[in-house]
Amino acid sequence: MVHTFAVYVENKPGVLNRVASLFRRRAFNIESLTVGHTETPGLSRMTVVVDTDEYGARRLEAHLHKLVPVRRVDNITTTPSITRDLALIKVAATGDARTHVMQLVDVYRARIVDVSPESLVIETTGTEDKIDSLVEVLRPYGVVEMVRTGRVAMARGLTPATRLGVPRGVPPADIGGDVSNCSV
Amino acid sequence: MKLTGAQILWEAMVREGVTDIFGYPGGAILPAYDAMLGYPIRHILVRHEQGATHMADGYARASGRVGVAIATSGPGATNMVTGIATAMMDSSPIVCITGQVGSKLIGSDAFQETDITGITLPITKHNYLVTRAEDVAPAVLEAFAVAKSGRPGPVLVDITKDAQQGSCEVDWAAAEPHLTEAYDDALPGDGDYREAVELINAAERPLILAGHGVMLSGAEREILALAEQANIPIAVTLLGIGGVAASHPLNLGMMGMHGEAWVNHAIQEADLLIALGMRFDDRVTGNLKTYAPTARKIHVDIDRAELNKNVRVDVAIAKDLRSALVEWLPHVTRRDRVEWHGRIDALKGDSAVRDIQQLPDDGHLYAAHVINDLWRLTEGNAIVVTDVGQHQMWEAQYYKHERPRSLVTSGGLGTMGFALPAAIGAKIACPDSEVWVVVGDGGFQMTMAELATVAQEQLDVNIAIINNGYLGMVRQWQEFFYGKRYAATPLMNPDFAKLAEAFGIAATTVTKRSDVADAVHAARRVKRAALIDFKVEQEDSVYPMVPAGADLHKMIRRPSPIVETAAD
Ligand SMILES: Cc1ncc(C[n+]2csc(CCOP(=O)(O)OP(=O)(O)O)c2C)c(N)n1
Ligand SMILES: [Mg+2]
Repeated sequence: MVHTFAVYVENKPGVLNRVASLFRRRAFNIESLTVGHTETPGLSRMTVVVDTDEYGARRLEAHLHKLVPVRRVDNITTTPSITRDLALIKVAATGDARTHVMQLVDVYRARIVDVSPESLVIETTGTEDKIDSLVEVLRPYGVVEMVRTGRVAMARGLTPATRLGVPRGVPPADIGGDVSNCSV
Repeated sequence: MKLTGAQILWEAMVREGVTDIFGYPGGAILPAYDAMLGYPIRHILVRHEQGATHMADGYARASGRVGVAIATSGPGATNMVTGIATAMMDSSPIVCITGQVGSKLIGSDAFQETDITGITLPITKHNYLVTRAEDVAPAVLEAFAVAKSGRPGPVLVDITKDAQQGSCEVDWAAAEPHLTEAYDDALPGDGDYREAVELINAAERPLILAGHGVMLSGAEREILALAEQANIPIAVTLLGIGGVAASHPLNLGMMGMHGEAWVNHAIQEADLLIALGMRFDDRVTGNLKTYAPTARKIHVDIDRAELNKNVRVDVAIAKDLRSALVEWLPHVTRRDRVEWHGRIDALKGDSAVRDIQQLPDDGHLYAAHVINDLWRLTEGNAIVVTDVGQHQMWEAQYYKHERPRSLVTSGGLGTMGFALPAAIGAKIACPDSEVWVVVGDGGFQMTMAELATVAQEQLDVNIAIINNGYLGMVRQWQEFFYGKRYAATPLMNPDFAKLAEAFGIAATTVTKRSDVADAVHAARRVKRAALIDFKVEQEDSVYPMVPAGADLHKMIRRPSPIVETAAD
């Protein structure tokens, strides 16, 4: 399952490296990671998306807390929240194709932000799903370049982010790694 | 008054109560060394920076205080890596100070520049790169706070040469660390003490698994109170040895790969495991799929990331162990659990036959005999520092530790070369304790240069080399699992006694069991270092053994009696 964490970190050199290194070290695969300033000077906020089970998510949260520059960690996976991704998509469209592309851009409420004789650059924000689908419909016209920010997320309203509880019930059979090939 | 960054470094350490440090100088750390002379600090000059980190580690483990190591940039810093990783795996609080090239030169591949904060990122609790004198005090004070808080561990502070040379005023109050809450707010779903107590009171066959955390948390009294009040037997991990006195009737002994058979069987038959300050390492669980199949599980660890990592538990409590136990104790009911104790006695059954002390002296010198004799002769009161290998496991099996922090050993990383330097650290930390090194002939040669440190510092450290002419533990694996093909495990050794004498250290060689006691007595009598080269049976093996990843109850048992195998 995909988990989304909002991680508040002190804006100090090397912090991004510490967070990224933690994921690598603990063998979690980052789906996306974004970072930027927050409303508080000196504090940055990361949105990290990871594919793991609930046990993994909890351990990850615990590990993140152990990093000294990390101030707060919210797992907002199950919190009602707004998630957005921003994409710039360059399409090589001329002639008729160009008109079709412009219609699609309208339908998706995206914007054209650069026009050159051979190409258009389209800007769009939205959920990852929406962007994925726009990319799919544009693909036949020739997507020559694309850049995406990765997911940023914010909980709705003023309710604090809820944290995951420990899953209850019968534990799945295998949890730890295979230890049969451990060494001397 | 303005102080230089170098002076601030020492001032901060003195404020932290540091009295001894282990180090090796070099260009990038010279300003700090120069300033050191003005402070009441004993500096122990090591022979290799790895030694400095193990010494700081041994110092910390034996005393509970933070150990400090210091080195120069580049090769000095990289030599520390093994010691830092060792301390990380075993939650040992050390602070490593390294010099760094001038801040303007960082990133330029200047002479002796290495990115030591980058290199040590995954093997430290935290590290700092300090480039201004103003930042020295806050970084050093925070480093000590981080090293000893929560689950302890190593912290590295890399200080550029110009930060050591620059000067500034210091506001010590403002430099005090402000660590975030150590993540101790209870999370929904965290186990409640009532759930734990309920399971304990209802259990028929409960077993306490006691780890290093017992000592790190200072919960020795509380864990005994729990065990005695509810009549619960205790099994210990390698690093948990000493947390509960070996002679205590409820202490069953060590669990795991080379644990006692009855202990592993008890784990497999228990209906409740109460895991206290241990982390279900693969060395103690064996095959996770068949581990303690009938047991509910309670797990208390200060590090929440350890909970539900290897073994899923019914109640997971992220808390300082001592305070958790204090919370439980008033609610734990007295019970006899006669049946369970009877069952465990039955499991112990034939083990008396295997008791090493019952064996005749047939002329062979077994490592187990040496260690058993060492235990008897030192009355179990020494701090024993082991290296890694067969001798380490024999030590764990045959030296009965009565006191906390009296066994110092590299568990998680299994670092050969640890013993001699760690023992130096232990002796500096506890000068009034008798300190013994129990080390293999292989591992000794990894850090034996520190004999010079022993001599220079005139330390009374006794060294017992368990000399089997092999990288014994690897040879054992080759014997069991690789058809006795001894690839690269036979050792051609120097004459260790002569070697010691070259350092001015008294030494003897022992080849007969009847000579063990005299040699140990002699070593104890001299109030300076002594080395004994015990030439033991070469192809002896450690039993019982759970092969890596096998079911915990499927142990390779010690052939009985032991003499038959070892003498064949
Ligand atoms: C630095 C390091 N290298 C390699 C190993 C792998 N290893 C584990 S035990 C062992 C053999 C140790 O031999 P020795 O020191 O003679 O002790 P013995 O097992 O014979 O008692 C080796 C090579 C290790 N643990 N540490
Ligand atoms: Mg050996």
